[in-house]
Amino acid sequence: MSFFDLLQQHPAAELQQRFSQVETQDIDRALTRSKLSLDDFLCLLSPKISDSQIETLAGIAHRITSQRFGRTIQLYAPLYLSNECHNGCKYCGFSADNHDLRRKTLNDDEILREAEHLHRQGFRHILLLTGEAPEAAGVDFIEHVVRLLSNRFSSLSLEVFPMSREEYQRLVNAGVDGLTLYQETYDQVLYPDLHPYGPKSNFQFRLKGPERAGEAGLRRIGIGALLGLGDYLTDAFYTGLHARYLMKRFWRTQVTISFPRLRPAEGGFAPRSIVSDRQLTQLICALRLLAPDAGLVLSTRESAELRDNLLPLGITQMSAGSCTAPGGYEGDESDGEQFTISDHRTPAEICDILANRGYEAIWKDWDGAFTDQH
Amino acid sequence: MLIKGTETMDSLVIAGRKFNSRLMVGTGKFSSNQAMQSAMEASGCEIVTVALRRVDINNPGDSMLQYIDRERYLLLPNTSGARDAEEAVRLARLACAAGCEPWIKLEITPDPYYLLPDPIETLKAAIILIKEGFNVLPYMPADPVLARHLEEAGCVTVMPLGAPIGTNRGMRTRDLINIIIEQANVPVVVDAGLGAPSHVAEAMEIGADAVLVNTALADTPNPALMGEAFKKGVEAGRMAYLAGLGPQRVKAQASSPLTGFLREE
Repeated sequence: MSFFDLLQQHPAAELQQRFSQVETQDIDRALTRSKLSLDDFLCLLSPKISDSQIETLAGIAHRITSQRFGRTIQLYAPLYLSNECHNGCKYCGFSADNHDLRRKTLNDDEILREAEHLHRQGFRHILLLTGEAPEAAGVDFIEHVVRLLSNRFSSLSLEVFPMSREEYQRLVNAGVDGLTLYQETYDQVLYPDLHPYGPKSNFQFRLKGPERAGEAGLRRIGIGALLGLGDYLTDAFYTGLHARYLMKRFWRTQVTISFPRLRPAEGGFAPRSIVSDRQLTQLICALRLLAPDAGLVLSTRESAELRDNLLPLGITQMSAGSCTAPGGYEGDESDGEQFTISDHRTPAEICDILANRGYEAIWKDWDGAFTDQH
Repeated sequence: MLIKGTETMDSLVIAGRKFNSRLMVGTGKFSSNQAMQSAMEASGCEIVTVALRRVDINNPGDSMLQYIDRERYLLLPNTSGARDAEEAVRLARLACAAGCEPWIKLEITPDPYYLLPDPIETLKAAIILIKEGFNVLPYMPADPVLARHLEEAGCVTVMPLGAPIGTNRGMRTRDLINIIIEQANVPVVVDAGLGAPSHVAEAMEIGADAVLVNTALADTPNPALMGEAFKKGVEAGRMAYLAGLGPQRVKAQASSPLTGFLREE
């Protein structure tokens, strides 16, 4: 069964009805479980959760994370290769409708300069990003970049457009070990409104991307919903459902979950709902209980203060010193970026904060020697 | 072989090399390299295992390797993260090429969640690495038949799990480990899931030759104190094993027999 089929078994209307019925004692019961059912997970996402219940939830999430992952946070950096894109996503800075954006795809010299910048700062885990424009930055281009960088970095992951299984296989063979592919929203009615044209308008092709990646042998697969696009509670639930599905089906693959959220009027786009810090915290902790072994990833989209506070509650990976424009590390940072970051601290500063809070920054947690492509 | 009662502690011998400590320590999950170093020191360990994926083994200035005195500890590289024999073999060769001694802790854990060892791939990799001259210490399920196969292949220890890695659940596989201990001709090192000094004491009491601990030392506010506690747990368990534990009985048996008078002259 594909995840699309599973999604049909949990219609949004039924979930919303169940959310409206959750009682305090349901949340208490879920907090006592050693393994969460999907209904327990739903209860832990409930807006009815009290301050004391959220405190208990956070305590459990902290304990599980500390035992499973230790007092460590793995650091990575994004490297934007291109901002050219044929999609018209209404919330994204790279949208083809954004005629003011200076479009750019890095050449080899520029890529190596950016990569060297990140290497100097200590990064060995790099996330490569593009828009969706096959003639400028398609599979051939990405494969070329992976081969260009694989000797310099321990781990290369992708956050690009969804591909076929064969294309993922090509990139695995070239040295890619991780993939991030956000569904943005699991709401099948809303999705076409937000993605009116371009290849990304195909909801199912995107949704099944992580499955094709799993079949191609990707070692790490990251998922997430862009919180605020659709109904927060149902998207949060579907994210957990998706993670659990992938973990069960691809038993050799590590699943990671991210929680990007829209801020008010970001890039002129008005989110459907604003996810509060409290809701985000609750979601992270509930996901930790649902999937004790999943990697939970927090980007520099969030503020320094919130990132520091969320640190002990389940997070295992963080980006640092990020720039979301191609060529932005060595060039003009504000030109052509996808979204504005909130945590502007340098990687060295982040390391100091981690150490002060009793966490070790992990720069390298993988080795290209596992595969013979490096 | 130690004659029972003549010494309090004896040595552990692996591949002809003698160790005074029976506690091996892992290096993951610590809040800092200093915390890791303090736990190692306090534990009295002499064998320290390091995940090759975490370190730059070719770089002596690597931030973690700097904290491990290779005069004092045997640096035992491990293949954690490998999903099959091919990957593990490649990693082991890499460590050897970087100047590590040809000792390898073989870990092949295709499932990233419970990190359970793959018996088929582990045996396959062990056979290849032993042919290449490695001393292979394999992390393995607590399966006595697999232990026989690994021993026959030439592994210098067998390392069955007490419980899944990082769970702190103790000797859940005790009955099977008992059989492995009974049958093994190489040292038996209980490798995973030991979360308290009482757990390592239990492993040593039933005759394990050594234990390996990581999470329990890393996931505490005081790694040094915990390191010392585990050292004592291992020593207490080993002493009890050497002294000979009394048998367990269902019914009470008085220290002073109640009917002794019947046998008095």
